[in-house]
Amino acid sequence: MFARVPDPAGNVGSVLSASEDTNRRMLRARDAMDRNYAEPLNVPALAEIAHLSASRFARVFKETFGETPHRYLQRRRIERAMTLLRQTDRPVTQIAWDVGFGSLGTFSRTFSNIVECSPSDFRAAHGPVDVPSCFIAAWTRPRDGAPPPRLSTTAVSEKQPDPARI
Amino acid sequence: MTHLNSIRITTLHVLDQEEAIAFYCGILGFEVKDDIDMGFMRWLTINLPSDPEHHILLQLPGAPVHDEDTAAQLRELLTKGALGGIFLTSEDVRATYDAVVAAGVEITQEVVEQSYGTDFGARDPFGNSVRVAQMNQAGAEEIQRRYAAERS
Repeated sequence: MFARVPDPAGNVGSVLSASEDTNRRMLRARDAMDRNYAEPLNVPALAEIAHLSASRFARVFKETFGETPHRYLQRRRIERAMTLLRQTDRPVTQIAWDVGFGSLGTFSRTFSNIVECSPSDFRAAHGPVDVPSCFIAAWTRPRDGAPPPRLSTTAVSEKQPDPARI
Repeated sequence: MTHLNSIRITTLHVLDQEEAIAFYCGILGFEVKDDIDMGFMRWLTINLPSDPEHHILLQLPGAPVHDEDTAAQLRELLTKGALGGIFLTSEDVRATYDAVVAAGVEITQEVVEQSYGTDFGARDPFGNSVRVAQMNQAGAEEIQRRYAAERS
């Protein structure tokens, strides 16, 4: 049940169990989605990265990460849009295109559905956050069933204590 | 007042210590600080030559620290990329990026200008995230000007 699995460069690496090997291959595919989030979902290419057939890829992805590749990509794009809305003055239509949506209508519907406010309202309520982008990306990526992420632009050290909790 | 004054050792879980040395020392430029066979475990720490007081312990999940079930859970999380990783800084992030790409390292994010500097993302062979940034105390424009000047 343990195997030495080559990485993308062909190097043989650690001894992994079958499930660990699957995790690692699926993580490579998910990293590829993260890198190319603005491109259409290319299941055959991702399946090839994961050394799986295209027909099995979505099922194994969901078993590994708890959601479909399509849903993951959607959350990744919305998370990126949230960052661009906070940190740039780019028009919303441009941001929709930049993160991979083909129409402003689809972007706005998806954004409102996940974040529970319009892109413009989100921009008005949130400013830039000077935290490394990898943490922002992971922490603000909307999760199904969880409340929409709320970002304060006030440092915790600057916040006043809640009188009700003193 | 706790009198704490530095971070001395940070633990990073890896699945193979020799492979970890090859990656962190052979590619990223760390050096082995301590490599001690303690019988029950191999104490293996590394540090950057420019940051000799901050050590990273490259630890295998398993006995004597973890029972089998816990070790298996750690390995699962590590290979899913769920255990986090390390955030490094570089004097020349683009040169670092070129070097790790040439070495075949898995890239999770190309070089991007961020509000705090310029950074890229990679993975170690086990699933840990490795983030490398050139912080922009000099300002993003100054960093870009220096980069362009170097390339020309």
